[in-house]
Amino acid sequence: MASSPARYSRSIDWVTVLIYALMLGLGWLSVYAASYSPDAPAGGLFSGQSFAELMQYNWFKQILWIGTALVLIVVLLVVDYKAYDTFAFVLYGAMIMLLIITPFIARPIAGSRSWLELGPVRLQPAEFAKFITALAVSRYMASINLRYQNFRDQLVLAGLTLLPPLLIIAANETGQALVFAAFLLAYFREGMSPLILIILAAAGVILILALLVPKVWLIGAFTLILVGVFAFNTKVLRHHLPVALSVWAVVIGMVFGVDFFFNQVLQPHQRKRIEVLINPSADPLGVGWNVTQSKIAIGSGGLVGKGFLQGTQTKFDFVPEQSTDFIFCTVGEEWGWLGTTVVIILFMALLGRVLYVAERQKSVFGRTYGYCVASVIFFHFAINIGMTIGLAPVVGIPLPLFSYGGSSLWSFTTLLFILLAIDAYRKQDLVR
Amino acid sequence: MQYLEDRKYVVHAIFLVVALVFGVRLFYIQVLDGSYKLAADRNTLQRLVQVPYRGLIYDRNGQILVQNTPVYDLMVVPREVKQLDSARFCQLLQLPLEELRTALKTARAYSRVKASPLVQNLSTPELAAIQDNLIDFPGFSIKARMARSYRTENMAHALGYVGAITPAFLEKPKYAKYQPGDNLGITGLESYYEQKLMGRRGVQYRMVNVRGIEKGAFRNGEFDTLSVAGQDLHTSIDIELQKYGELLMAGKRGSIVALDPKTGEILALVSAPLYDPSILSGKGMGNRYMELLNNPERPLFNRPLMATYPPGSVFKLVNELVALQMGVVTPETGFDCNWKLVRCTHRHEPPRNLSIAIKNSCNPYFYQVMRASVLRGRSTNKFEDARLGLAEWRRQVMSFGLGNKLGVDMASEKKGLIPSPEFYDKLRGYHHWNFKTVYSLSIGQGEIGITGLQMANVMATIANRGYYYTPHFVRGIGQGGPLPEYTQRHITTVDQQHFEALIPGMCAVVDGGRGATGSNASLARYGIAVAGKTGTVQNPHGDDHATFAAFAPADDPKIAIAVFIENAGFGGSSAAPMAALLMEKYLRGKVNNPRWENWLIGPGTERFIVRH
Repeated sequence: MASSPARYSRSIDWVTVLIYALMLGLGWLSVYAASYSPDAPAGGLFSGQSFAELMQYNWFKQILWIGTALVLIVVLLVVDYKAYDTFAFVLYGAMIMLLIITPFIARPIAGSRSWLELGPVRLQPAEFAKFITALAVSRYMASINLRYQNFRDQLVLAGLTLLPPLLIIAANETGQALVFAAFLLAYFREGMSPLILIILAAAGVILILALLVPKVWLIGAFTLILVGVFAFNTKVLRHHLPVALSVWAVVIGMVFGVDFFFNQVLQPHQRKRIEVLINPSADPLGVGWNVTQSKIAIGSGGLVGKGFLQGTQTKFDFVPEQSTDFIFCTVGEEWGWLGTTVVIILFMALLGRVLYVAERQKSVFGRTYGYCVASVIFFHFAINIGMTIGLAPVVGIPLPLFSYGGSSLWSFTTLLFILLAIDAYRKQDLVR
Repeated sequence: MQYLEDRKYVVHAIFLVVALVFGVRLFYIQVLDGSYKLAADRNTLQRLVQVPYRGLIYDRNGQILVQNTPVYDLMVVPREVKQLDSARFCQLLQLPLEELRTALKTARAYSRVKASPLVQNLSTPELAAIQDNLIDFPGFSIKARMARSYRTENMAHALGYVGAITPAFLEKPKYAKYQPGDNLGITGLESYYEQKLMGRRGVQYRMVNVRGIEKGAFRNGEFDTLSVAGQDLHTSIDIELQKYGELLMAGKRGSIVALDPKTGEILALVSAPLYDPSILSGKGMGNRYMELLNNPERPLFNRPLMATYPPGSVFKLVNELVALQMGVVTPETGFDCNWKLVRCTHRHEPPRNLSIAIKNSCNPYFYQVMRASVLRGRSTNKFEDARLGLAEWRRQVMSFGLGNKLGVDMASEKKGLIPSPEFYDKLRGYHHWNFKTVYSLSIGQGEIGITGLQMANVMATIANRGYYYTPHFVRGIGQGGPLPEYTQRHITTVDQQHFEALIPGMCAVVDGGRGATGSNASLARYGIAVAGKTGTVQNPHGDDHATFAAFAPADDPKIAIAVFIENAGFGGSSAAPMAALLMEKYLRGKVNNPRWENWLIGPGTERFIVRH
């Protein structure tokens, strides 16, 4: 493995690193703006404040998290790339053990027992479950052929994917558990039937529609469409009647299942988050408050924003959780539409680059892992920004590289740089 | 596996679609939809309105009539109220416990973090009781604001009153600058000069956080404006004269208007029944207002401006002036006191000339004067002749400011009635009336109505020998003079020489010796010649109304006055002495006439002057 550091450095994908650095910088500025208070302007690093005093500012702690993340990057790149492949299942097993014991040893914080305290540092094992699970499923994916493989392999893969989120749900961190749905995109790339994605999308649409319009209309409209299709093409009817009937039955079942799912499966606070999505005034002082104030903060930014540190909605605490889950509000209010567009373009650039890197991997393991990385980041991006502008339910997951917090920063850094480490040795793979 | 590799485009497409949806949605809420910016301002911007000091009101000698004094409200911020000892609190304020609970509930419903009034207009003992103990009641505070207070018990009708703006007012564009709870002048001068008195409101924009706590000025106060104090009103009212007039009118119904003919300034304006202006201010104002409103005597009715009566004999002067101008009579013209035409007031010497006729207020004489000025043979049709004659007569009469609003600086003025040919056409039918129908106008009776102010203005016009200035209350606004329209002369259609011819007769009314109808108004003992005219207005509803209109001194008039006392009978016996007392008061500064004072100032204010 011993290639010169210079050669190694040349083989790192610097485009990804650059995008990562840009996002980290903008993210820190946003955290600074969100934790800035016009009453007590944080003096800054050179104001003579003691370390303990500085530690009460999120922006200062974020500097520490970024610093440690840089150390982490060095470690990740130095470790032999083969270790990620080799130890994937070992790591996975250790992580499962950690997830199992976490609820028993963690103190409850904000209703969930998912944070481990190591001295001054608080870690959320669920964050690290993402990259470890990604490694494990990629490793398993490399050993099977999803498209033609038998049912048992698919079941094992499903089990590998579903075990961590189930344990996370048990610790009451539903938001983090939902992220694992993103792996489906990676499986799709490796040959999973598109039907699963379509059915899931359809289920989501039906869920929303069932909440918006009376069920009778929904069923009526769907039946009319089916009847219409077959009336125009009787040949299709003859060949596919059983399929059509079963689709029809499934849809009817889903429509009526919505009520059951909504009232029996979802917990009251989860139900409320979906209700608020449809009608923001449903819970004006609870979750509705978050969504409404978040939209006001972003919407009041205008085209170019109010200027750095000039936001009023974020400064005066109208937006809750503004340095973590609602960090996008600070961007929207202070930098306007131009700022939000830049952030979206940066995410698109990062995701595009990760997919590009993934596609150039020669191993199924590397490619699958790359797709997992892109999918997980995309899921966070879509849900987090979606919830701040009222397009997605309020799910407490951070905006990658922007939100304040060590666990999430380390988690995404690890996710990304393991891919870069694998990618850097791609040529050696070829040579061997 | 080209087939699977193509799936990367699907993944790309999913990413891009979501990004595109976000971009469009963000463009919509950030750039296109302005409502979020408004909502953000509603969240954080607090508009603090600074209500300026309302202008003061002075009398013509610089005495303050209306001023501002602080009143105190007890405010509460519900969130900050902690462990309220309600028993002690209620005991201090003499407030029933139930009322406190309701008030606190209302305050909480308004806002938990913003101050709202718990008890308004604290009385001095209440203020003293609570102020020292406020420290024991966190969340409560005292807020001072300015309210109107009165340094006079008089002049209520002219001053008007100030009250909280009503929702109906707030909807009008004119009152766009006002907010609920703001005060404004509602009647009288307070209302007419509202824009001058109120000054300019200052607005400060403050930013508040989610808990309503202040976070400093918005954009360093770029949009803040300072308040500008209201301008003072310097009225022409002589408050001593006003006070004396109200003393004389107490217990009666009627009006007094005194003008300075040289300027049109109103020296006194009395409307009886009277009330104290301070009744319509402070705690319990609403109840007292309703009491005044529902009083059968209608004390809120501003009689000198709003009550129109037939002027009675005083109007003979106007008729004569019009006839002289038309050239149909001369001052030497004599007529019979022919009782067949119209009953006369009393038996008197033959009206050989104008002066004798005025002195005796001879009804048949002025019947014939008006017949001469209306029926002039303009048409062979006697009906048409009366129509044309009345039209010309009316045109000249209206040049005295009659039949139209004079334009006084008060909103409630009525225009009165000087009938036109069309008026009688409507009443009787076209060509179905002639002079016989309208003859009572010749003695100021019938289908004619003028206000007390108009009658005083006629006196001022005669005193000026042909012109008048629009009567007005305010001679100075802030550092400036009166409104420009009050410095313009209004010239009548009648030439000066005819006025000169009329005045000796008016002097004879007062000082003409035996048979003079207005001798009770004489100030001859002070060497002051009074020119006046009595009037007795027939009243179908009860006793006749007494009027007397005059000006003095006759050769250099300083005051013109019209007194109107309802149901007091003959004008010479009550209205004339009252006018005399007021003119004496104004011209000499004091009154030495116990006879008339004892006669007019009753022992109880409820006493009405009865028919003589």
